[in-house]
Amino acid sequence: MWTWFYKLASPPHAYRSAAAMAPWFLAAAAVMIVYGLVDGLVFAPPDYQQGDAFRIVYVHAPSAWLSLFAYTTMAVAGGIALIWRIKVGYAVAAAAAPIGASFTLAALATGSLWGRPMWGTYWAWDPRLTSELILLFLYFGVISLRQAFEDPARGDRAAALLGLVGVVNVPIVHFSVYWWNSLHQGGTVMRLGKPHMAPSMLWPLLAMLFGFMCFFGAVLCMRVRGEILDRERQSAWVRELVGA
Amino acid sequence: MSVGVLEAMSLVVRREMRLAFRRPDQLLQPLVFFLIVTTLFPLSLSPELSLLRDMAPGVLWVAALLSSLLSLETLFKGDAEDGTLEQLTLSAQPLVAIVIAKTIAHWLLSGAALVLMSPLVATALAIPVGAFPTMLASLALGTLTLSWLGAIGAGLTVGLRRGSVLLSLIVLPLAMPLLIFGASATDRAIGGEGSAGALYFLAALCVFTCTLAPFAAAAALRITLE
Amino acid sequence: MNGAAKMPEPAALLTAEKIHVWRGERHVLRGVSLKVESGRLLHLFGPNGTGKTTLLRVIAGLLRPEQGRVCWDGRPIGEAREQYQSAMAYASHEAALKADLTALENLRYAVGMKRRASETELRAALEETGVGGCADLPARVLSAGQKRRVAMARVLAMRASLWLLDEPYANLDTSGGALVSRLLEEHLDRGGLALVIAHHALELGRSIDRLELSP
Repeated sequence: MWTWFYKLASPPHAYRSAAAMAPWFLAAAAVMIVYGLVDGLVFAPPDYQQGDAFRIVYVHAPSAWLSLFAYTTMAVAGGIALIWRIKVGYAVAAAAAPIGASFTLAALATGSLWGRPMWGTYWAWDPRLTSELILLFLYFGVISLRQAFEDPARGDRAAALLGLVGVVNVPIVHFSVYWWNSLHQGGTVMRLGKPHMAPSMLWPLLAMLFGFMCFFGAVLCMRVRGEILDRERQSAWVRELVGA
Repeated sequence: MSVGVLEAMSLVVRREMRLAFRRPDQLLQPLVFFLIVTTLFPLSLSPELSLLRDMAPGVLWVAALLSSLLSLETLFKGDAEDGTLEQLTLSAQPLVAIVIAKTIAHWLLSGAALVLMSPLVATALAIPVGAFPTMLASLALGTLTLSWLGAIGAGLTVGLRRGSVLLSLIVLPLAMPLLIFGASATDRAIGGEGSAGALYFLAALCVFTCTLAPFAAAAALRITLE
Repeated sequence: MNGAAKMPEPAALLTAEKIHVWRGERHVLRGVSLKVESGRLLHLFGPNGTGKTTLLRVIAGLLRPEQGRVCWDGRPIGEAREQYQSAMAYASHEAALKADLTALENLRYAVGMKRRASETELRAALEETGVGGCADLPARVLSAGQKRRVAMARVLAMRASLWLLDEPYANLDTSGGALVSRLLEEHLDRGGLALVIAHHALELGRSIDRLELSP
């Protein structure tokens, strides 16, 4: 039963499926993000405490969610590649890392912009922002480790292992940062994000969330294609493809 | 007559000890670094004892973390450079056992030495003697856990030319929970509050890391040594 | 040396089948196969950069080939790792000595991982390779040739049936070269196997197999 799996994961097949999937993801992302933005920024009522400033949540929360989702994708893809020696996994992991790091940066930037009207400062050591920052460091570690190796195959494997170690560590970091925050802040600082939301605010948020996920899927497919081409540039099928 | 795993591990520990005592300067450098870093804080902030006491746990822990990282770089590097690590990996012993033995030896030579020296630094930072037991326990658990995390990092960066900065980049984010719980345990002990909670978290992290990290470090070595 | 008393198991066999190794874009080894039997020596040679050391590292189990497999007594070396490693002694082109340890300590910590060897035995091995007088000197002060002899003593003291030697003649004077040849002959007489990388023709008092790697 493994043969179909390996066939599915063969570079030419993965290259073609990624090409086939990308436009669908992109279309779905466009629809949901346009709806989410219009509904969220124009029609949803302003927050009774935060006014219109809260509307940045429509970008911030999906970015934060995607930063974790991309890290998990990267770690799982790397783990599959490492354990079952499926090369496409490394391509997926390598493609996901910079996208995830960008989402993390976006979450940090929007969080700090949101912090300006809320806390009166661009940066507060809010637990969510702090663990987001540590996540960014984890991304940096994985990306730099991959690039540090002269032999790309070894860089891939080393980065995959570090991704796995990191994904075990992420919940621990998250938990310890919240614990640390509860120790020092005592709940005086208003936290970003909120558990209770009116449905009129929630729907656009959900749409943005799924829109971002589809956008991630689309960008991932495109980047994976590039990674596969680069990795397989010596192989017959790529030479044939580019007409060399 | 083949050699048992425990026997081989004890041989590796003795080898590391002998090597370290042939080069005492390398043993002392991280400890001196620990002292120097802690000296930076009173000089840059204020020599006032009450202020120092507030900053002390953080200062102590940051210094301990940095100096441990400094010594971790050498964990596999020397053996990889002179080819003896290759001989060790071909020694018919499990690589995990070799990694465990080397890491334990490394901790005994660096982490344990740092823990023993910490009361000196603590006194200079105006930490009351009453907080020493908690501080020592937290540092012992923290440096041991860091040694395991560092073993993964050292394994991943062993063949690289600019490995030392990368090692810090990789290991420091992983070590942040240690800093949080360790500094907080010390802080609470200074304030006379119960610090058992933070110590338990540290102990749990230590057990968790001791269980998984040797395998990750051995896997890392296999990747980089090829 | 009394090590000669212990014979390796009869009919030990090392095979490598269709080994392929890529180094980045470079296809270093293109389907190399080889076979070494008890009492036989395979001389690996060829111009620089043809993958001799890479092949030896694959056979030692230090490098996993992209394709192909290495078998010891019919079992892939990855499966029978422990038996294979206890039966094998590998000497890379560097001496692999700790500069701060004495020659004797170097042997103790390397050989001691594989088999219990007494100090007299280790000293005898150093004596055999002509560096008995350096046993208690730190490896740091030894010359390149002396280091090479200590490395040979390590191979000898491991009492392995398979020797994998990368350039064992490098840095050695005439007497050193003769010594390595004599040790190899004795090893083969005991029924041992050897895979040796050397640039010049090996002159042993027996027939040897040769494998040339070409670019």
